[in-house]
Amino acid sequence: MLFGYNIILSVLIWLPIIGGLVVLAAGEKRARVISLVVTIATFLLSIPLYTQFDMTTAAMQFGELHAWIPAFNINYQLGVDGISMPLIILTSFTTVLVVLSAWEVIKKKPEQYMAAFLIMEGIMIGVFSALDSILFYVFWEAMLIPMFLIIGVWGGPNRVYATIKFFLYTFLGSVLMLVALIYMGLKEGSFSIQGFHSLPLTMNEQIFIFIAFLLAFAVKVPMWPVHTWLPDAHVEAPTGGSVILAAIMLKIGGYGFLRFSLPITPDASNALDWLIISMSLIAVVYIGFVALAQTDMKKLIAYSSIAHMGFATLGFFLVFSIIDNTGSAKEAALGMEGGMVQMISHGFISAAMFLCVGVLYDRMHSREISDYGGVANTMPMFAAFMVFFSMANAGLPGTSGFVGEFMVILNSFKANFWIAFLAATTLILGAAYTLWMVKRVIFGEVANDNVAQLKDMNAREFVILGVLAAAVLFFGLYPAPLTEVMHASVEHLLQHLSLSKL
Amino acid sequence: MNDFELPNFALALPEMFLLGMTCLVLVIDLFLNEKNRIVTYLLAQLTLLGAVVITYYQAGYVSEISFSGSFIRDEMGDILKIFIYVITAVVFLYSRDYLQQRNQLKGEFFALGLFGVLGMMIMVSAHSFLTIYLGLELLSLSLYTMVALNRDSEASTEAAMKYFVLGAIASGMLLYGMSMIYGATSSLDIAEIGKHISENGISQDGHIDMVLSFGLVFIVVGLAFKLGAVPFHMWVPDIYHGAQTPVTLYLGAAPKLAAFAMIMRILVEGMQAIHADWQLMLTAMAVLSLAVGNIIAIAQTNMKRMLAYSTISHVGFLLLGIIAANKDGYSASMFYVLVYALTSVGAFGMIILLSRSGFEADTLDDFKGLNERSRWYAFMMLLIMFSMAGVPPTVGFFAKLWVIKAVLDVDMTWLATAAVLFSVVGAYYYIRVIKLMYFDKPIDNAEISASMDMRFVISTNGLLMLVLGIFPGALMAICQSVIS
Repeated sequence: MLFGYNIILSVLIWLPIIGGLVVLAAGEKRARVISLVVTIATFLLSIPLYTQFDMTTAAMQFGELHAWIPAFNINYQLGVDGISMPLIILTSFTTVLVVLSAWEVIKKKPEQYMAAFLIMEGIMIGVFSALDSILFYVFWEAMLIPMFLIIGVWGGPNRVYATIKFFLYTFLGSVLMLVALIYMGLKEGSFSIQGFHSLPLTMNEQIFIFIAFLLAFAVKVPMWPVHTWLPDAHVEAPTGGSVILAAIMLKIGGYGFLRFSLPITPDASNALDWLIISMSLIAVVYIGFVALAQTDMKKLIAYSSIAHMGFATLGFFLVFSIIDNTGSAKEAALGMEGGMVQMISHGFISAAMFLCVGVLYDRMHSREISDYGGVANTMPMFAAFMVFFSMANAGLPGTSGFVGEFMVILNSFKANFWIAFLAATTLILGAAYTLWMVKRVIFGEVANDNVAQLKDMNAREFVILGVLAAAVLFFGLYPAPLTEVMHASVEHLLQHLSLSKL
Repeated sequence: MNDFELPNFALALPEMFLLGMTCLVLVIDLFLNEKNRIVTYLLAQLTLLGAVVITYYQAGYVSEISFSGSFIRDEMGDILKIFIYVITAVVFLYSRDYLQQRNQLKGEFFALGLFGVLGMMIMVSAHSFLTIYLGLELLSLSLYTMVALNRDSEASTEAAMKYFVLGAIASGMLLYGMSMIYGATSSLDIAEIGKHISENGISQDGHIDMVLSFGLVFIVVGLAFKLGAVPFHMWVPDIYHGAQTPVTLYLGAAPKLAAFAMIMRILVEGMQAIHADWQLMLTAMAVLSLAVGNIIAIAQTNMKRMLAYSTISHVGFLLLGIIAANKDGYSASMFYVLVYALTSVGAFGMIILLSRSGFEADTLDDFKGLNERSRWYAFMMLLIMFSMAGVPPTVGFFAKLWVIKAVLDVDMTWLATAAVLFSVVGAYYYIRVIKLMYFDKPIDNAEISASMDMRFVISTNGLLMLVLGIFPGALMAICQSVIS
């Protein structure tokens, strides 16, 4: 509540966007300070979402509703539940770190860089809080514009190819979703997402709509076989771009499955869950092997992101076979919550990993594993962090990376042993590719003169990684604050899924 | 109509005012020397302003038909006319600097431009085939001459020649079709034709009158020529490319509004009863336009040529709303054409902004590194390009959203799917422009020189893409309310 009005979500969306415009106008010198102030303010303002959140209900909270385009019954409708609220806080948290990480590093047009990230933050919060499908789509697509520029302007040598691929891939994925949304909007008479949830659809319609959504979300997650844009985009993006891409944008795909695919087309999801499960398992196993073969650190982490997001989608779509096997929707909740915990935890860990690579890249201007070796000798403090985050990435118990994976694997036993078996290979593969990279980069003798001249982290880098390490450890040891806000919403979703729309 | 009644001249007040003023401009221009040529420009702008005021005060009244049924004043016409004036005024403003820098600021440009506007107004307000044809010819003749104005340029002369020959063929087709319809319905009055066709056009067993259907085909071909829809698009790239940029700017924007009005009058008001027949033809043309326009545009290196192909693809989108053949679809098309005209004026305006005496910024390479030369104008062009591509939060998105909604509403899901897929193809060449502006190093480092009014208007034009994209409701509501 602010001045008696419930405008907190609007503030969270528009404060960074307006802040971004101010940064653009303020120019190079003051860009950094203003950006930091705006992102910290946004983060602080997002905390009441958690503290004032009513965990007992699955209903949308902090709602706002204004007419936007009355002619079509399109509204500016916002609200959050236990699924979207943690993602919004993750977004506002990560953006602060991104601004910090760019502090000295970005020398070319820092005001445009900062503004792009601030505007992006507002748009991403908009995606998570939109309850009108056209509003959602506007935010969803608008997100591409700043990211397109971030990769293209501040990226690596092959940035143009990467960013155009990124843009066209995602654009192609999402246009069919637009057709599906309008189709349902015409049937429903409004574009409210909650209205779509209860809209009766025939099996045929559901299949087509499901596929349209799948294209959009699978590209975003990304799932095998439409993942190929991600390694390119990650490798070429500046550190901040990679962080936002991995920590938030991939989650938007997962969020889409929970908010659109599952509740709007439950019967099609049920009928086609084998498709998603196979795609997820291929992501976990095959992409795990692909990651093993990488020589570029960022590419390796990018592939590991695909594998980890495979866990999230696996958790979401296992629910149908679990409900079939056990007959109760409650049993399936663990897997779905596991998928969501995995998304949040991956947000922290992948951000941290990309920031670690960024720390090295800023010093050596190389991402090749073979250019490094024995970094621990010259950068002991950094090495400690890097090893810690790698352990978390490999799913070490006590870190948040473990919690989500464990919940999903545990739950998948209830669905099918072989699914659980394949999913569990990640414990080996994840450890293999991450730790092998750490071994080659961090440990051993000092490999060359460049490594010998490395300076350890400065205070700024220490703060960024320290905060992330604390978060990873906290949610690893005590995930309850995260899971308990999801309970009601997940249960409601599962309840909804178990009822056929036919 | 045997008894003669005095026409209601007040209805045609904007047209009469414009005609009078244009003649005045023509005469005054004779007595001006080179130094004072700017007076012609100011008078032309004043004329358009006056026309806006008159039309504005007429708007809002119930529609009325006069001049023995050959002239109609209605709300759709008023809105289209106001947009035609405003867009032409912007075109004149953008053109002035360009022409002045090249010592080509001639009164003829403005006089012909105003005659063209008069032609468009007549097309918009026409209520009989004869008036439509008169308006169309007045517009076309002005356009042919404008393209040829830069007579020392080989490209312009060639373009004018092509335009004239192909335009004449198109007019011939249209006229031939009109004569057949006249044969079938024995009337030129659109309301009469509409009445006749809905009563007698379709026989008991569902077949339409042979002469009528032949006439319809020729009319659709004529319209397609004028719009530049595939397969009657061949003239578009050559004329856009060959004409001087201000002329391209002129013929690429406002005449599209008039062409939309012509479709509304002929196909919708006159032949709604046989919409199933023209729907099919338009569907084929729309899909082809989307495909050809978007795909060939990728191969272009010249900005004007690329925008010409992009126009073809936009015509495809514009037709989608007409294909829906209901009120919502027509409103969607109208919104699309208004948005398109605003966007295209901005895009060509940017070419003019970057051009200077002795230098045409009409290749894609001229846009390289614009962000380093001017952040602001690069941002304006970014908004314009994203609006053309239909990426939210720019207004181009809502234009596309509405036409797609219209075709989905009549259960043509495949058409909507095809349209969005081709818009992805189109997105490639629009974002390529953004790539050039933001990711590449500038080739040409000259200062961007433009007068204050041009800077102001082009900034407004670019920002309008964003503002209308965030608040599209009002313009949408207008389009919805004026289509009856």
